Amino acid sequence: MNASASLPASAPAARRGGGFGAVLPWLLLALLAAFPLIAPHFELEYYVGFVRRLLIVMIAATSLNFILGYGGMVALGHAGFLGVGAYTVVALVDAGFSSAWLAWGAALVVTAAFATLIGAVSLRTRGVYFIMITLAFAQMLYYLGVSLRTYGGDDGYGIYTPLSLGGWLDAQPNAFYWAVLAIAALIFALGSRLAVSRFGLALMGIRDNETRMAALGFPVFRLRLVAFAGAGAVAGLAGALLASHNGFVSPSMMHWTESAILIVMVVIGGMGNRWGGVIGVGLWLTLEEVLKMYTEYWHWPLGLLLIAIVFFAPRGLAALFGSKGERA
Amino acid sequence: MDAIFIIEQLLNGLGYGFMLFLLAAGLTLVFGIMDTMNLAHGSLFMAGAYIAARVHESSGSFVGAVLIAILATVLIAAVIEILIIRRLYSRDHLAQVLATFGIILLADDAVKAIWGPSPIMAPTPPALAGPVQLLDALPYPSYRLLMIAAGLLVAIGLYLLVNHTRVGMLVRAGASNRAMAEFMGVRVGRVFSFVFALGAALAALAGALMGPISAVQIGMGEAILIPALVVIVIGGIGSVRGAFVAALIVGLVDTAGRAFLPPLLRAVLPPSLAADLGPAMAGIAMYVLMAVILTLKPAGLFPARA
Amino acid sequence: MFKLKNAALALALCGALGAQAADPIKVGIALDISGPFAAAGAEARDGFDLAIDKLGGKLGGQPAEFLKTDFAGNPEQATQLVTRYLQRDKITFFTGPIASNSALAVAPALFAAKVPFISSNPGPSQFAGKQCNPYFFGQYQNDTYDEAAGKLANEKGYKNMVIIAPNYPAGKDHLNGFKRLYKGGLKDEIYTKVGQIDYAAEIAQIRAAKPDAVFFFLPGAMGINFVKQFVGGGLKDVPLIAPGFSADQDVIQAVGEPMLGLYNTAHWTHDLPLPANAEFVSAFRKKYDGRYPTVYAAMAYDAILAMDAAVRDAGGKTDSPEALVKALSTPTFKSVRGEFTYARNHYPVQDYYLRVVEKDADGKLTNKLVGKVLEKHQDAYVAECAM
Repeated sequence: MNASASLPASAPAARRGGGFGAVLPWLLLALLAAFPLIAPHFELEYYVGFVRRLLIVMIAATSLNFILGYGGMVALGHAGFLGVGAYTVVALVDAGFSSAWLAWGAALVVTAAFATLIGAVSLRTRGVYFIMITLAFAQMLYYLGVSLRTYGGDDGYGIYTPLSLGGWLDAQPNAFYWAVLAIAALIFALGSRLAVSRFGLALMGIRDNETRMAALGFPVFRLRLVAFAGAGAVAGLAGALLASHNGFVSPSMMHWTESAILIVMVVIGGMGNRWGGVIGVGLWLTLEEVLKMYTEYWHWPLGLLLIAIVFFAPRGLAALFGSKGERA
Repeated sequence: MDAIFIIEQLLNGLGYGFMLFLLAAGLTLVFGIMDTMNLAHGSLFMAGAYIAARVHESSGSFVGAVLIAILATVLIAAVIEILIIRRLYSRDHLAQVLATFGIILLADDAVKAIWGPSPIMAPTPPALAGPVQLLDALPYPSYRLLMIAAGLLVAIGLYLLVNHTRVGMLVRAGASNRAMAEFMGVRVGRVFSFVFALGAALAALAGALMGPISAVQIGMGEAILIPALVVIVIGGIGSVRGAFVAALIVGLVDTAGRAFLPPLLRAVLPPSLAADLGPAMAGIAMYVLMAVILTLKPAGLFPARA
Repeated sequence: MFKLKNAALALALCGALGAQAADPIKVGIALDISGPFAAAGAEARDGFDLAIDKLGGKLGGQPAEFLKTDFAGNPEQATQLVTRYLQRDKITFFTGPIASNSALAVAPALFAAKVPFISSNPGPSQFAGKQCNPYFFGQYQNDTYDEAAGKLANEKGYKNMVIIAPNYPAGKDHLNGFKRLYKGGLKDEIYTKVGQIDYAAEIAQIRAAKPDAVFFFLPGAMGINFVKQFVGGGLKDVPLIAPGFSADQDVIQAVGEPMLGLYNTAHWTHDLPLPANAEFVSAFRKKYDGRYPTVYAAMAYDAILAMDAAVRDAGGKTDSPEALVKALSTPTFKSVRGEFTYARNHYPVQDYYLRVVEKDADGKLTNKLVGKVLEKHQDAYVAECAM
């Protein structure tokens, strides 16, 4: 059951930053950065937007993976944080602000505040109770969004003029794509770093044996709260990016099934694996996109996939590729 | 707002509470005894509702329809148990959530392929279609009385089964220490299969009974799953008694929120603000209740496991 | 499943034929076939298919390709789908979503790309008023159904009513629409939780208020739950009035007997005595096992016929959005609702009818036409439209 034990050589190698594992992210980054320039030559313009959406959802999934995989906190309300971020953008746009950076920064801060409050209450509970209390808070946010008349309520809110990235960037049609890519890369790097930092290791320690960590003098509650708030803030940023990407925000993005699907994507990809969010989001959203083109019965293949993953790849697809096994 | 009106609303709250309990009972049983989180409970609820509605419409017998719905749903559940759930007992909650979420996706498409995407008709038995006069000025839907009676029977039946029968003893033994029970010769696998079938029967009963007063359509299971989960969490997972008390509390709070909060706010706040705030607050009352209770008692009102 | 395969085959065939004869006209249809509006979405899909069959898969005599993809009633997924239609498939027309929120979400991209959006159902007030746009064509403005219901309440002589809707902006808009023409008094105005299952508390409030009649706007499952429990709660003698979509065939067949005698208003009904409508209804019932069509199916059918006429009237100039919009704004096709004209906000000026739920000759529950409630009625927002 323990992949890192069976692959003793690969894990430290990747951690040290040598070999293929270290080159791969850079290769992928370069490929993604070049994609919008190559795409028009193959009539793939549409897929630039598609990849942009994948990247944004990957940011959200990576943040969830951090608390889910490393922290062992099964939060079933992550979509609520995406919503808080998106509605922060809406509030600013409605008030007449148009700077993207300001809106995204504000989303980060506001969501961090929300996540801290929610985390402070939720983290007193464990196990299924934690799952349910995070769900409850997300449902409260959902109903709040539905009845917020100022911002369209259930009808949603359209952001008709794109947010400004500032200066010469606004003339660049692909600037938003690259901004998203840069942020996604940054979050990915940050997540990978944090996972092997003192903070990340302490978090994993708490996941595996909370009592022992407390006895060792670690401030268990505070560490978990910081991780939860940080992940929430990053999800808020993803929500803000998603608002800019869609040019539209509605409460349906906070519905509990959206939270569930975020978890699904992380687990498919591989919990506690730095590639987990990336692989899970890529596979799930691509499948959804392709299946819907061919049949209206597109839910059941996804259901089968889920069951298959649970039985045949319980540690996610990332583990199948023999990538880092951090779940020691 | 007179006394009769308040009594009526309290009764309504209890009625809604019993509805929630019917669904929560099976959920908490599977959850508490087998430590298995089964999101597909909502799908079994949907199966019960669809089968009962169809059988009732074609045969004209409501009792027969409910019985056939329970039987058929138990058969479906047995297949699911053998193919999937059985392999999940020893896994963590996340794996269970994931696999049973997968079952939901399969079930929704299956129902759509069989009965189409539109909601179907679930007739009310004519004898129970109207209200009965409980007091002079207080008519009460007779169908709701049936649901309250069914909820009470289920509560009593479960209490007796778990605490006072040999099967119940085996169930408790398997739940508290699986390895030890197996060592003592209890066939825990069979006990668990029995509990899962019982949970499915309860879900089907709830679905069959809910059909005549709600929309029988795809997604109906998910819509009621969330309140049912709230109930078992407030009550303390695995405690049938907890689920019972929590269902009544949630029913009362939700109904009272909708019935009394808007007029109360209108009395103290400016009308436009009250009109916006009242329904919004009533909508989240259930979740606030859960958050408050879990803050004070992190394992629910009646924690089943220490 | 077989139907589906045939549709896919037809689609592939259309594609193959199109490839031979230059570029086919591409129509993007966003289907609501799963998710919260699946029932209405399936009706719309059947309406689209019937019209496509009737036209032999062509528009204005030119080969056409109809792209149909489900978006599960989710506005975010709808925007994603429309982006694909616009950028990858380069569609000429768009139609399909059931709910206003999805229409509002996808419209900006369509407007920017100058692709006509012929709504098959939603008629949000935003596009009728301040945000009106030449590329949007409505079938009716959402509130007009409620306005007709308000007028009906006056005609029935109701003085004290209770009105009820879910607590979201659209719910409030619908109740405001009702109040616009209703002259009597209101005993209570109740807002319920979105997606509510149990309505006992509200029904007790209604009983305590003793109204002459109740007007409700509760779409989908909410309306089904409400009507079932309303009758069970002993309020059978209190008349119910609803906008047409709360009492259409999909709701009737799900609720059954309790729907009997329910008054509702719509701009179309399946027994409107018009040749075009009779042709549509009989073809629909023949194709779909004797089922009566709903407004969703009728308007989906109309939307495709409107595209067909527009291509013909624009002289086949499908590469000129302006020519298409000009042709669309003076409809020449035989609509199943009868004659109508577009106001400057591209919402119809048309008649609204009263329907009542009764049993037909075979004992099947369905809507029956009673009479006209509003003649050549126009929405209340057109004055705000600067177009």
